[in-house]
Amino acid sequence: MIKKDLVIVGGGPAGMAAAICAYEQGVKDILLIERDQYLGGILNQCVHTGFGLDYFKQSLSGPEYAERFIAKIKTIPQIEISLQSFVVNLSSDKQLTYLKPGSLNQIQAKALIMATGCREKTREMINIPGTRPAGIFSAGLAQKLINIEGLLPGKKVIVVGSGDIGLIMARRFFLEGAEVKAVVEIQTKCQGLIRNQVQCIEDFNIPFFCSHKITKINGNKRVEKVSVVKVDGDFKPIKESQFDLECDTVLLAVGLIPENELIEMAGAKINKSTNAPVSEKLNKTTISGLFVCGNAYKVYDLVDTVCRDSETAGEQAAEYLKGIK
Amino acid sequence: MNKKIICTQCPKGCVLTIDLQNNQIISITGNECPKGQDYANSEIKNPVRTFTSTVITQGLSLRMLPVKTDKPIPKQKLLEAINQVKKIRVCQPIKVNDIIAKNFLDLDVNLIATRNITS
Amino acid sequence: MKIYDLIIIGAGVVGTAIARELSCYKLNIAVLEKEQELAFGVSKSNSGIIHPGTQNHPDSLKGKLCVQGNKLIRKIARQLGVDFKQIGELIVAFKQEDIPQLHELKAQAKKLGVRKIKIVNQTWLRKHEPNISPDAVAALYAPTAGIISPYRLTYDLAENAMANGVEIFTLQKVVTITSESHNDLGKSFLIKTLSTEFRARYIINAAGLSADEIANMVGISDFKIEPRKGEEFILDKKHKNLTKHLLFPLPEKNSKGILVIKTADGNTMIGPTAENCADKQDLSTTEEGLQKVLSSAQRMVPSINQTDIIAYFAGLRPVAGDDFIIRHELSVPSFITVAGIQSPGLTAAPAIAKMVGRILKDNGLALKRKWVFKALRKKTIHLFAIPFSKTAKLIKKDPAYGDIVCRCEMVSAKEIKDAINRGAKTLDGIKFRTRAQAGRCHGGFCTTRIMKILSKQTNTPLSEISKKGPGSWVVMEDRADD
Repeated sequence: MIKKDLVIVGGGPAGMAAAICAYEQGVKDILLIERDQYLGGILNQCVHTGFGLDYFKQSLSGPEYAERFIAKIKTIPQIEISLQSFVVNLSSDKQLTYLKPGSLNQIQAKALIMATGCREKTREMINIPGTRPAGIFSAGLAQKLINIEGLLPGKKVIVVGSGDIGLIMARRFFLEGAEVKAVVEIQTKCQGLIRNQVQCIEDFNIPFFCSHKITKINGNKRVEKVSVVKVDGDFKPIKESQFDLECDTVLLAVGLIPENELIEMAGAKINKSTNAPVSEKLNKTTISGLFVCGNAYKVYDLVDTVCRDSETAGEQAAEYLKGIK
Repeated sequence: MNKKIICTQCPKGCVLTIDLQNNQIISITGNECPKGQDYANSEIKNPVRTFTSTVITQGLSLRMLPVKTDKPIPKQKLLEAINQVKKIRVCQPIKVNDIIAKNFLDLDVNLIATRNITS
Repeated sequence: MKIYDLIIIGAGVVGTAIARELSCYKLNIAVLEKEQELAFGVSKSNSGIIHPGTQNHPDSLKGKLCVQGNKLIRKIARQLGVDFKQIGELIVAFKQEDIPQLHELKAQAKKLGVRKIKIVNQTWLRKHEPNISPDAVAALYAPTAGIISPYRLTYDLAENAMANGVEIFTLQKVVTITSESHNDLGKSFLIKTLSTEFRARYIINAAGLSADEIANMVGISDFKIEPRKGEEFILDKKHKNLTKHLLFPLPEKNSKGILVIKTADGNTMIGPTAENCADKQDLSTTEEGLQKVLSSAQRMVPSINQTDIIAYFAGLRPVAGDDFIIRHELSVPSFITVAGIQSPGLTAAPAIAKMVGRILKDNGLALKRKWVFKALRKKTIHLFAIPFSKTAKLIKKDPAYGDIVCRCEMVSAKEIKDAINRGAKTLDGIKFRTRAQAGRCHGGFCTTRIMKILSKQTNTPLSEISKKGPGSWVVMEDRADD
């Protein structure tokens, strides 16, 4: 079996920052495993600017931000990069199995950093009753369709959730020529950054409904309309306030869940309600030498903080490796 | 006339009250730092935004090339910008910062690539 | 002019089981399906239970066909390479005074010929079903119950039928059926669909929810399909070992009650509700349905939590009175009705197919065996169901097995291409065949990739890829089309 000092799973900003830092701290035998054909992770589909104000003192787009790390990591031959590689198994003694086109590979790592990011909450997780037609998208999927593939998911859009992803996508749809019928937020006020509230919603006069929620999705083939209702202080629907909005698309931006199914498979403890690892200290798990960083560790607001904390994971792994030598 | 806007210069989000008479700013209040003054001035006189979008490619490794303006453009030009961007086709490999459209919309800004794309 | 010997209307599990059963005879058979994918009517929402035959009246047709079907399905599953697992079922009593009802059910089942049934006590339940509620006092245990994927069974029945010469046409909603006489060729039915027409000497109406509408076209109006909605809720695969058996409460008037179901896909499922419903298209789920299913399921397995639910759906049972209607129509010779096939229709399907064969023979259709009948079908490969050692070998043979598209359910590009080559035309068609997009992220990560594979394999523009057929377009515009 192939052995590696450090294996990092995930080639987004967290994984790359951790890899570079671990290398700088003396680890010279590193494998970075990425599922996609490109490094950069979700940054690649975030074509808007506003990234890096703290880390790079500049307002970069997502791909530009990723490119800074990609350019750097490619100058370090000691970091081996395996793209289109999908980890299917992880054991408590840090053996990994991953598939890539043409091969199944098994690796024994001395230390591991998981930088596997998040998945998006689905319609089922917030329990919206109704039918199951085409036209229901998570915000991230819609972002990928528009920004990576050039496909417009819909023309009359309801955005559920006013976090930054929801706001950014409301603007993106508007600028692509869609009508954004409403942003619906169950909390009493907008959940995203002030900048995004102004530049994504107010700039384009997009209707914003706080203290509201979707109670039903209608439509057989494609979404036709949604029912919206005002909620009280306990998020209970106020029935008489219900109204319908015609639309062909429901965009769900209702939160993220750290992806930790692999470390759970390896036996690390997971917090059932957040799906984050049970952890005493930043990036640590209940298995020694197995670290988690970036959005897989906790859901961050800013990629700059992800990178700084992930660099710490790189340091932690380097220190751990020194300790076991 | 009083106009209220939210300052976007930091996450604090001060609500600025601008006293306007005949489109002239008489006073700006509600800002907790000097950045608020500048922001209110520019939002009243000439609100600008960095424009970001994607351009379709032909025969390259990715279908879409992300782009941005290298300087902010007037807010009211955003829709014009997207219409212009939809007409552009990129057929050659591109590097970050390559100019995709020079003097974009005659606004004295360039539309530049924000991702590398190979053939 | 082509005249089929036999046209089956409806490509659900019943229609395809009939097609496959009859494909061993020298007959020209066609199947017409109104949807773009097979199994997308009633069968898609089936719970996947192979019932032993319990909970049926001893004199009922469905009881008899269920017991027969339970035996027949095993061989068919083996021949087609569909996974069937005999896991047994428990009909659970929560009160001492309900135990006599278990004995009653047992006596009924015995009359129908259900094998190996017995009443088990609380100690047995504790030992063999550890997560069951401590309130469960006894159960009727039927070990011959099992699970199967209802849609994969349908697809594989269809595929095997096609390998034996059956033609299947999708997007063929039947609009009229008339009789016609030909000078040289005798009599036939003329079936007009929205886009074309077909001719056949015999028709089998296996149209599920639309069976009454099809019957009306030939003047039969003595039954009506009354949809009964069932909402079901699927739990995360993490809970695949929650139960060992299928768990039933004591039956209710209209249904077998709300169950805790192990599925062939590995997820545990809870449901279904049973609400009569006027609209044949109403597949909406409700808050009330969720609460009802959740509380009933928790009564049997208290550890089930609302946050375990990753997906939900609703299906409609095609109810036409209390029993199945399977008969040759005297008023319309050569027209056979197969209607009202609600539970236990999946189990009964192979027995229904045999019964239809007998009816056809009794009514003048010659059934002569073909020289060559391909009874066997090569088992579909699912990476999630095989060990890594086997996966490694497959990847060596075809690198695309190592190209994982759906990360939650571990589905490779090769499996998706195979599904398309076997007939999937839509995203849901791929989902039901491969499980890609069926996991906890609901296709958030893999939808674009699957669209691109489907577009390329079927030479369809991306903007014309649909979720489940025309009208359910996934995207509205492609910038490249500007």
